Amino acid sequence: MYKTLIATVENKPGVLNRVASLFRRRNFNIDSLNVGRTERPDVSRMTIVMDSHETEARLVEANLYKLVNVLDVQDVTNKAAVLRELALIKVDVPAEKRAEIISLATVFKAKIVDVSADSLIMQITATSDRVDSLVELLRPSGIAEMVRTGHVGMMRGNEEGARYTPGRHADGYTQFKAQDVDPALGI
Amino acid sequence: MIKSGAEIIMEGLVREGVETIFGYPGGANMPIYDAMLEFPSVHHVLTRHEQGAAHMADGYARATGKVGVVMATSGPGATNLVTGIGTAMMDSVPMVCITGQVSASAIGGDAFQEMDVTGITLPITKHNFLITEAGELAEVIKEAFYIARSGRPGPVLIDVCKNAQIEEVEYIVPAELEMPGYQPPNHASDEQMAHAAELIANAKQPVILAGHGVLKSGAMDQLLNFASKTQTPIAMTLLGLGAIPASHVLSLGMMGMHGEACANNAIQKADLLLAFGMRFDDRVTGNLRTYAPRARKIHVEIDPSEVGKNVAADVALIGDLKTVLSDIDPIIPPIDHEEWLDQIAEWKADTKRRDILSWPDDGKLYAAHIVRDLWGATGGEAMLTTDVGQHQMWAAQYYQMERPYRFLTSGGAGTMGYGLPSAIGAWFGDKDRNVWTIVGDGGFQMTMPELGTAIQEGANVKIAILNNGFLGMVRQWQDLFYDKRYSAVQIASPDFTMIAAAYGIPARRITSRDEVEEAIAFANNTPGPVLLEFTVEQEDNVFPMVPAGAALDGMIRRPIWKKQRAKRNE
Repeated sequence: MYKTLIATVENKPGVLNRVASLFRRRNFNIDSLNVGRTERPDVSRMTIVMDSHETEARLVEANLYKLVNVLDVQDVTNKAAVLRELALIKVDVPAEKRAEIISLATVFKAKIVDVSADSLIMQITATSDRVDSLVELLRPSGIAEMVRTGHVGMMRGNEEGARYTPGRHADGYTQFKAQDVDPALGI
Repeated sequence: MIKSGAEIIMEGLVREGVETIFGYPGGANMPIYDAMLEFPSVHHVLTRHEQGAAHMADGYARATGKVGVVMATSGPGATNLVTGIGTAMMDSVPMVCITGQVSASAIGGDAFQEMDVTGITLPITKHNFLITEAGELAEVIKEAFYIARSGRPGPVLIDVCKNAQIEEVEYIVPAELEMPGYQPPNHASDEQMAHAAELIANAKQPVILAGHGVLKSGAMDQLLNFASKTQTPIAMTLLGLGAIPASHVLSLGMMGMHGEACANNAIQKADLLLAFGMRFDDRVTGNLRTYAPRARKIHVEIDPSEVGKNVAADVALIGDLKTVLSDIDPIIPPIDHEEWLDQIAEWKADTKRRDILSWPDDGKLYAAHIVRDLWGATGGEAMLTTDVGQHQMWAAQYYQMERPYRFLTSGGAGTMGYGLPSAIGAWFGDKDRNVWTIVGDGGFQMTMPELGTAIQEGANVKIAILNNGFLGMVRQWQDLFYDKRYSAVQIASPDFTMIAAAYGIPARRITSRDEVEEAIAFANNTPGPVLLEFTVEQEDNVFPMVPAGAALDGMIRRPIWKKQRAKRNE
């Protein structure tokens, strides 16, 4: 199951390294990690997508708070969040098939950002699921190159994600119950 | 006031109350060592190896509750600290390590003695800093001490570029710290406490698991109050020993792999486990699938990442243990568990019957006897450090700690070579006392050069080497689990008494039981370091033992004396 966490961290040198090192050391399975600037110059924002069960997501969250530079972590999985990923896809396409590919792009609200003799670059901004669908449809035509950013996310309106670990927002602490534990873990 | 970076470091240390620094100078930290001469209130202990310095700072910190301070130069100086920092990290010991680094302009260029020390220590420090400008130092020193000692304590490393030590800047005493991302929890939520109180009130067979957190939080009185009020027996982890007096009626002694059978049985039969400041290490749980199968779990922890890591908690009380136990006291009624305590008394009696101390004297010198004699000679109140291995477990089993902060041992990391330097560090915490260290012949040789530090500083450290000619714990595993195929476990040792003599340290060798008491008295009555080498039974095993991967109550027990003798006569 995919879990999406949004973490705000102090914008200091080495913070990304600390976060990445933590994931490696604790053997957490990270699907994508996106880091970027925010409205505040001293704060960066990370969107972490992981393919894991509930227990692991909680441990990731709790471990993130062990890092001195981590300000806040919220879990936006299945919440009212806007999640978007940007992908650039270079498709091998001869001139005679170009129209077909372009119409596919239109259906997905993707943009054609470059066209050359036998290829074009398509840009799509959508949820990962939607990008996946487009990629599957393009694959038979031949994808020459692709780059995907992984999700970035933001909660809608005044909504907030779930915060399970007492950290900066101890008020939002929701008890993690033993019955939530994955029995496969054997704990 | 204009000060150099090195002076700002020393000034910062003095402001944090530092009186002792353990360290080793080198090219990249010479400005700090130069500035040190202007700060006579700080005593620098020159060690023989940086690992020794780190363990000394660790021993000092565990014995006093203060932050231990260690210094080393760049490159190999800093990497020699790594084992000591890792040891402190695993056991949550507050420590500040200040290492020299090449000048900021040379970083990344593979300069002489340059290594990526903040990178290397990232996973084994609570936090670390790389300082490239003198202007950052005042604040960072203050932050480092705060981080090291607060919340779940741990080692913090400051890597200071040489130019930052030399540069002169305006020194401003740092005001209040601003650390928006670092807020250790204190009080647990009322809702969870109410939930916990309900489980406690309904439990019939509760057991408290007291860990290092009890000592870290200073919650001994609150623990005793809680246990007495609810008549709940207390099993301790290796690092939790001393949380309540070993002689207390509610004490079950140590739990886990080499824990007492009464403690492990009680845990396996319990219907409620109260985990106080412990983290369910594999050495205390055995096989997790069969661990305490009937028990609900209440986990009181300051570090939320420990909850649900190994054992799922029914109720998690995230906060400082002392605060949580004080907060929960008013909502817990007095409870009686007569039946449960009767059962436990029965297990305890059985444990005692199998105790090696109940065996008649067979003329052999057993490590357990030596530890027990030391216990007798010091009234159970010595400051005792150990190395890692069989002797460590015998010390834990037979030196029954009546007080906290007196048993210093490398638990989580299991670092051989910890014994002697940590004892020297502990002595600096309280110079009026004798500090004993029990070590094996293997581990002792890892940090033996610190004998030089002991004699140079006149440290009242009494060294008891239990020499069995083997790396005993590995030999025991090979004996029990590898068909007695001994591989690389026989270790030749020098004549330790002659080594001691070369350092000018009084020493004796003891080969029989009747010399033990007198030798211990000799050590206690001789000022300065003393070395005693005990030639003990070579192939003695530590029991009880839970084989790795077995259930906690699947222990190999100590044999009962009568049966064993009968077998031998057959």
